[in-house]
Amino acid sequence: MTPRQRRFGLIAAGLVALGVAATLVLSAFRSNLVFFFSPSQVLAHEAPQGRAFRIGGMVVDHSLKREPGSLTVRFDVTDTVHTVPVTYTGLLPDLFKEGKGVVAQGSLGGDGTFHATEVLAKHDENYMPPDAAKAVKEAREGMTMQSVETKSMQGSP
Amino acid sequence: MIPELGHFALVVALLVALVQASVPMWGAARNDMALMAVARPAAMLTAALVAFAFGCLAYAFVTSDFSVLNVAEHSYSTLPTRYKFAATWGSHEGSLLLWVLMLSGWACAVAIASRNLPEAFAARVLAVMGFIAAGFLMFLLFTSNPFARLLPAALEGSDLNPLLQDPGMVVHPPMLYMGYVGFSVAFAFAIAALIGGRLDASWARWSRPWTTLAWCFLTIGIALGSAWAYYTLGWGGWWFWDPVENASFMPWLVGTALIHSLAVTEKRGTFRSWTVLLAIVAFSLSLLGTFLVRSGVLTSVHAFATDPARGVYVLAFLVVVVGGSLALFAWRAGAVGGGASFAPLSRESMLLANNILLVVAMASVLLGTLYPLILDTFDAGKISVGPPYFQAVFVPAMAPLVFLMGLGPVAAWRKAELPALWIRVRWAFGVALVTALLLPLTLGSYRPLVAFALFLALWVATSTVAMVVQRLRGAPQRGLAAKLRANSAAWYGMLVAHVGIAVFIVGVTMVRSYEVERDVRMDIDQAVRVGDYDFTFRGVVPAPGPNYKALVGTIDVSRNGRLVRTLHPQKRVFDASGQTMTEAAIATRIRGDLYVSLGEPVAENGAWGVRVYIKPFVDWIWVGAFIMALGGFIAIGDRRYRIAVKARVAALAARAAA
Repeated sequence: MTPRQRRFGLIAAGLVALGVAATLVLSAFRSNLVFFFSPSQVLAHEAPQGRAFRIGGMVVDHSLKREPGSLTVRFDVTDTVHTVPVTYTGLLPDLFKEGKGVVAQGSLGGDGTFHATEVLAKHDENYMPPDAAKAVKEAREGMTMQSVETKSMQGSP
Repeated sequence: MIPELGHFALVVALLVALVQASVPMWGAARNDMALMAVARPAAMLTAALVAFAFGCLAYAFVTSDFSVLNVAEHSYSTLPTRYKFAATWGSHEGSLLLWVLMLSGWACAVAIASRNLPEAFAARVLAVMGFIAAGFLMFLLFTSNPFARLLPAALEGSDLNPLLQDPGMVVHPPMLYMGYVGFSVAFAFAIAALIGGRLDASWARWSRPWTTLAWCFLTIGIALGSAWAYYTLGWGGWWFWDPVENASFMPWLVGTALIHSLAVTEKRGTFRSWTVLLAIVAFSLSLLGTFLVRSGVLTSVHAFATDPARGVYVLAFLVVVVGGSLALFAWRAGAVGGGASFAPLSRESMLLANNILLVVAMASVLLGTLYPLILDTFDAGKISVGPPYFQAVFVPAMAPLVFLMGLGPVAAWRKAELPALWIRVRWAFGVALVTALLLPLTLGSYRPLVAFALFLALWVATSTVAMVVQRLRGAPQRGLAAKLRANSAAWYGMLVAHVGIAVFIVGVTMVRSYEVERDVRMDIDQAVRVGDYDFTFRGVVPAPGPNYKALVGTIDVSRNGRLVRTLHPQKRVFDASGQTMTEAAIATRIRGDLYVSLGEPVAENGAWGVRVYIKPFVDWIWVGAFIMALGGFIAIGDRRYRIAVKARVAALAARAAA
């Protein structure tokens, strides 16, 4: 081999290796993306069945129920317009509270219940997960002011 | 009064830094010694002023001066003093001040230790560092004044985020920043070399100890952060592929590549422009990390109050520095030139593979970190990229790299012969392979991937031993001590760092493959068996704390009916914020940790949800990282760096005399 051929071979091998690496990275990337949906989107059937995704919103007040004798909990997540029931077996993060924002990862069951495999821990008491905040904001924008007022009046004791 | 003095010191520091950035650079261009001589005193003065300002802020925190907004927002009167001090960098403003303190500290160290560098080169290096310091001082003063007053003064502070009230807060940020910002030295050396058009083996030799030192601190900083997350977040993870973690890990990956390519540039004169590019990229990633963490585009424990103006400023500065240095690189890299050629099988080619793999790993982490942010910025949908992605791309990139670690150091420079290479490593290879195939048999379930990972770790260790044995046998000196002394500290440092990787791999493999995590509901005096251990819950009692109220649980751990350990996990509710914190209880042994943390009360009768984890060999992860850093420190101690410089100075003096 002449030095020129050798150099060409090396460059070609490098490009092939790089191409393979890029393909592997991108396919791993695509199969591990997790999409986010709001309760309204879930009820409009925009969320995938049988594939994991994230849901976010506020935990509805007084909706948290424990199944006796186990670590399974049920609660409702709302974007103030629509509500999706969630079940989760495990320990909730410290900052999980009724009336506060939450993001959960899991998949949608056939009965419309979201089966969470993970409830995300956030780091600040007053912090609203941006995903949850956005879901609430967009859902509200989709309604008239009238119904927002009705809703908030119903919400206050 | 003291906060005002601190503020004033920062303003003066900015002016001095501007002088440091401009005058020596101009002097170097005009070859004017008087102007170049400004660099060192300016760098030292900047560092002194910033240190003074930092001291003023720390004083305000320690004395709980709630008339300073920053203190009122991030401290509390009954906070323990060490956390009051650590709260100095517990806010956006304070952590930026720490950033600038580290930067000016590094510049000051360069000013002191660069007496032997050519004057024009040292002047340019310090000017570049002055430019960066000025940029960040402006950022501090115009968008994030740490000394802003609060009128009227608050009666009580709103407390430091409870997550940050931990010994980790005292050590992790300074170490991490020390490393992060330390890459600015390698960056400044690269820019100075590009401007001066002088890039040779001696440049690499000057740059190496600084780069390695920064890398050591970064390694320790990341390891401390990981250990902290492990014991404080209460769910036993040690790495989450969180964007903020990635922000510190990407400079580490490129810094590791840089250390290796600097070795080639020093020894063989090859890879020159590549080395310069890596130095630029490493520091650019440090800046990108600062942007990600400080601009508020990310929300995490590391992100403080968000303010669009801050994000825009850091982004603009990032564009100027990165864009400017890359443009300079494109313009001048041609002048830097290539180097000696090498065969496809040689130490150079293996180090090239090392560099490519590290950069590919960095690029895939970058993709997974930035892509969701970019989509979100353009409102194109909300996605997240989880740990499975990072594991899927990271492990395949690292496996060949670790395999090469056993071969590279024994391969000859320029051209290696496969048969000779095989003869040198065959014993190490055989021992590692057989042990790795048999070892998992003793660990319960046999898994091929565990055997493969253990093979990699053992291979690094056995090839290191083989290398030492062959080096000592071949040495002409008599006596073991003389033979040992014949090798350089840099060589020993490399071996130690590589062994650190092996220890790290063992930790990761074992904890990922054999950990047991059980979230259980426990009634009082109920026992649960996890692995070989019985955990018995003895209930939860309240206990006071300095600025929180705690609930302390008691869990007896026994094995074969014998009590091994009693663990006391806590749940803390903080007075100021009302925020709840989980404090895990961990029993550490060489073979791994027993990890218990309290979830929440789940029934009226005193039953709690409890996390009971067994984490085999988990501490090897951090011990491995510390061994890597230790290797770096050993390498810095190499006499060559000092002797070479002295020899150069002697040569220059001789030339001047002639």
